Amino acid sequence: MKTSRRDFIANAGAAAPAMHDLAHAQESEHEHDHQVVPSDPALRVKSLESLLVEKGLVDPAALDALIDTYEHKIGPRNGARVVARAWVDPAYKKRLLADAEHAITELGFGGQQGEHMIVLENTPKVHNLVVCTLCSCYPWPLLGLPPVWYKSAGYRSRAVIDPRGVLREFGLELPQDVELRVHDSTAELRYLVLPERPAGSEKLNEEELTALVTRDAMIGVANVASPKPGGGA
Amino acid sequence: MNGVHDMGGMQDMGPVQAEKNEPVFHEPWEGRVFALNQALGAWRKWNIDASRHQRELIPPAEYLRMSYYEKWLTALMELLVNRELVTRAELESGRPEAGSPKATPPVTAETVPALLAQGKPVRRDVPVAARFKAGQHVRARNINPTGHTRLPRYARGKAGTVERDHGVFVFPDTNAHFLGEKPQHLYSVRFAARELWGKEASARDAVYVNLWDDHLEPA
Repeated sequence: MKTSRRDFIANAGAAAPAMHDLAHAQESEHEHDHQVVPSDPALRVKSLESLLVEKGLVDPAALDALIDTYEHKIGPRNGARVVARAWVDPAYKKRLLADAEHAITELGFGGQQGEHMIVLENTPKVHNLVVCTLCSCYPWPLLGLPPVWYKSAGYRSRAVIDPRGVLREFGLELPQDVELRVHDSTAELRYLVLPERPAGSEKLNEEELTALVTRDAMIGVANVASPKPGGGA
Repeated sequence: MNGVHDMGGMQDMGPVQAEKNEPVFHEPWEGRVFALNQALGAWRKWNIDASRHQRELIPPAEYLRMSYYEKWLTALMELLVNRELVTRAELESGRPEAGSPKATPPVTAETVPALLAQGKPVRRDVPVAARFKAGQHVRARNINPTGHTRLPRYARGKAGTVERDHGVFVFPDTNAHFLGEKPQHLYSVRFAARELWGKEASARDAVYVNLWDDHLEPA
């Protein structure tokens, strides 16, 4: 991109007065025009969206639909269904590890930010952990949008240099004889960890197993806990 | 660019703090910013690599201070101007310039499911020879480009082993700058933790990085 950092700073600053004006105008209606209103992201976004709608660049109903999709329709339960299927169906698991994209499509998942997938199998001897040190790459169709900690500087920086320390902060003490593989998502290849099926889950059906699988286990910062005795999943 | 976004291996960024029962968006405006990015991407005026690079260009102190969606908002506003979907004056006034044409949005509520289902695949079905093969010893090149790169600093100059050839993918380092997709083989390269971090690191552990032909040389 041709924008230099100097330009960027100048340009980023240039947008600020407009936001002040907008906030100022709104405040004036309430007779608070003497106040200096900070540039609140909510106001900046409102101003931007109204400009884009007026120019016909976006349809606000499409924005509503996108938000609704990620708030209510796509989330870690999708990934949990893939994991549970792999636990109960050895042939599916084999396909999933060999060609995750197609195997995941079989269950109806895929698309945006999950176009290309790799599934990483945890075993008693190998534990996998996923990070994106450069930004925040994450398998949206299977896990939804990433939690704040996954996008945080603390996680992105230390997951590669001190992964065992990071796991400890999540309450997972990895035995020294287990090989830890950290996967840095530097390409458009999204990772899903296939956790180990926990002891005590032998009698659970696929639906009950799905309920056991957590988001954190599919990122690799946790294992799947055994079902509570008598409580089912 | 050797920017603050390239965080792998830093140690002073604080603890990892997980939030219980975290909402998808903490504020309604975060959802709007997320959705605007998705909907505006459909104009195909930029690509995912260009938008990542735009976020990397946020000055370091701001990058560290801003919340995630503030970064998305800042970069989106720059992209809109740089790629000429809106003018700087429009961004400042919040209103279309007189006489500016009214467009038709490429995404509607009805087409959102299809947009998401389709995604934006970046595997390319073109005959490009692989320079490396699984099992081969390689070294990540010691490069310091001032533009976008997906080769993290912590891996540069380090020796590793090709674990898997993923096939031919778009090369982000050129695509981010609209210099072409330059499709080439993408590999999973295994770097021993001790190769990256020294003898203090666990002898068993490793970091796997996805790297392209242009990032690698024979070891």
